[in-house]
Amino acid sequence: MATFAQDDDSVVVVIGSGAGGGTLANELCQRGVNVVVLEAGKRESSATFINDEWGSFGQLAWLDKRTTSGSWRVAKDFPNLPAWVCKTVGGTTTHWAGASLRFHEHELRARTTYGAIKGANLLDWPLTLKELEPYYGRAEDKMGVTRTHDVPGLPGNNNFKVFYNGAVKVGYKDCNTGHMAINSRPRADRGSCQQYGFCFQGCKSGAKWSTLYTEIPAGEKTGKLELRTECHVARIEHDAKGKVTGIVYFDKDRKEQQQKARVVCVAGNSIETPRLLLMSASNKFPDGLANSSGQVGRNYQRHTTGSVYATFEQPVNMYRGTTMAGIVTDEAHNNPKRGFVGGYELETLSLGLPFMAAFLDPGAWGPQFTEAMDNYVNMAGLWIVGEDMPQESNRVTLHATEKDQWGLPVPNVHYDDHPNDVAMRNHAYKQSRALYESVGARMVYIVPPYPSTHNLGTCRMSAKAKDGVCNKWGQTHDVANLFISDGSQYTTGAAENPTLTIVTLAIRQAEYIAKQMNTRAI
Amino acid sequence: MSTPTLLSLVAKPGLSRRQFLKGTGFIIGTLWVSSSALIALAPSRAWALELKSLDEHTGQALLTLTRRIFPHDKLDDAVYALVVKDLDAEAAGAPETKDLLSNGVAALDKAAGGDWLGLAPDKQFEIVQSMAGTPLFGKVRGKAVVSLYNNELAFAHFGYEGNAFEHGGGYILRGFNDLKWLSQPSDGASPKPFTG
Repeated sequence: MATFAQDDDSVVVVIGSGAGGGTLANELCQRGVNVVVLEAGKRESSATFINDEWGSFGQLAWLDKRTTSGSWRVAKDFPNLPAWVCKTVGGTTTHWAGASLRFHEHELRARTTYGAIKGANLLDWPLTLKELEPYYGRAEDKMGVTRTHDVPGLPGNNNFKVFYNGAVKVGYKDCNTGHMAINSRPRADRGSCQQYGFCFQGCKSGAKWSTLYTEIPAGEKTGKLELRTECHVARIEHDAKGKVTGIVYFDKDRKEQQQKARVVCVAGNSIETPRLLLMSASNKFPDGLANSSGQVGRNYQRHTTGSVYATFEQPVNMYRGTTMAGIVTDEAHNNPKRGFVGGYELETLSLGLPFMAAFLDPGAWGPQFTEAMDNYVNMAGLWIVGEDMPQESNRVTLHATEKDQWGLPVPNVHYDDHPNDVAMRNHAYKQSRALYESVGARMVYIVPPYPSTHNLGTCRMSAKAKDGVCNKWGQTHDVANLFISDGSQYTTGAAENPTLTIVTLAIRQAEYIAKQMNTRAI
Repeated sequence: MSTPTLLSLVAKPGLSRRQFLKGTGFIIGTLWVSSSALIALAPSRAWALELKSLDEHTGQALLTLTRRIFPHDKLDDAVYALVVKDLDAEAAGAPETKDLLSNGVAALDKAAGGDWLGLAPDKQFEIVQSMAGTPLFGKVRGKAVVSLYNNELAFAHFGYEGNAFEHGGGYILRGFNDLKWLSQPSDGASPKPFTG
């Protein structure tokens, strides 16, 4: 591993080591660029991951104080946990389920396709699917996505069997074990899936792709990557011309440090990324860095989600094997006749006994709740993931008074469902209920959204500087050597789990940054 | 976050009152004959919880209160006692929690006209319902929703197999797809597992 001096202003600083930051860092190193990665969390490994839901949550989750507001139920149930994301090397790629789906063409043109939707701040992406396709291909190859590049699909578990039979019964045509970044065969020096379950707790076999044991070590091997763990970035600094010059951070001993940089790339996930830009406000940029549009922190999207669990006469043991074991894509298209624009996916999901208690119906108690828990082994489950509407008022802001352990203002996450989100969720609940009832469900449990795992859109891409924060390369409109490198770039959310597209954008961005550096444009 | 190290609750045979003199009280019990999954895990059917902070009456009332909040008729008291154990441990380090729990149980008793534990279960439940939303209720429910379901005894009772890595490894060779009561998906939808 390389080490760079703190006053070395030739390096690219990448903040965050997850899907966006970890991939970008490695791709830059492969192109000969020197990179310093700042990661707020510690470095774990498959050996240190724990098959224990609460234990692992304490090990991996981002638990710094956050506050919430708005009418979403998460604000009531989990007022200080708006998002279920990670603070660890590899970021949320340690916790993700592995679903890796490409956008549909129409989803990149949401404003054009859906039209003007009242209350929604829709905008077309400044990108086409054709531009993304070669990078999607490279991302899928890198991640070993099943059903691409001749990688076979994964075998379905018991939870999938229930899901599949129900899907067939209600007439769905596209149900299979999905496109998953989980090795179904040994590949790329990693073994194949052993069906432990516990995909959300860090993969013990390393079969599931994570930047922790792919991109980060590959970057380190080039001798051009320095990873600094337990370093929390507090501020991005700039010069009189408005170019960024480096960052200020707190190291693991809570000491303030700095790192000079030629380019700064922010990939802290869609709450920390806008928070950092807002905290970097200065006389020159009084509303925060790269915020001349006023869009930093706005258009926060979290996907229209929800879960449905059902109990049956006989055992399912849904927790055995991959957490997200299959998908129905029949509802992913745009068909406004259903009463909403955009689409959604249905994906199997399981929770262990401890998390089922916490998430089945947060705050619930009494016999109805305990009856569901009594039937835990006979339970099957799925998760809904659909496109939610970007709204300007759904946003990440800095709390006026609350401070975190560094003395920095905590982020507040405000979210209200859009009527389109509610209509979509209700449709998905109805379809899911029918799916499970068609195969003999005794009870069906409609479960509200968990804290957000898909956090998107808070520094969105736009063709015009007035509409968003960054251009089609993730380069901020206001500051040429400042990049957004995570899901914050999302112009609109689409119906697909976001990691594949974040990785795709990171590969593409690395190519662009390297070229811009070579031509001295930045 | 609590981790399941909870079998320690189940006492060794031959426990005596003298062993608990350091604490503020204790709750003892015997695993039910019907609790076969728990008996298989335990060194003996006798169990005991030594309280470090709360008095015995408060501890007993909290155990029963937890049962009223999360009523599983077939779940042994020993598992509910694990919630009391965690509440007691928190109270030992936080006087405000100790006061909240002690005063809360006193309020339950007052609402019951003296002795809430002495009431029939349905009457106990009525009082609990009327106290939903109080700090005591919130504290006990919040602790119990984690503690009650996050221990090896509960896992055994509810049929959840827990830590796969430590207990036999991946399910690829031990039942991840053993469900037989529905049709098998097509090979295209669900390819055969790779076990090479």
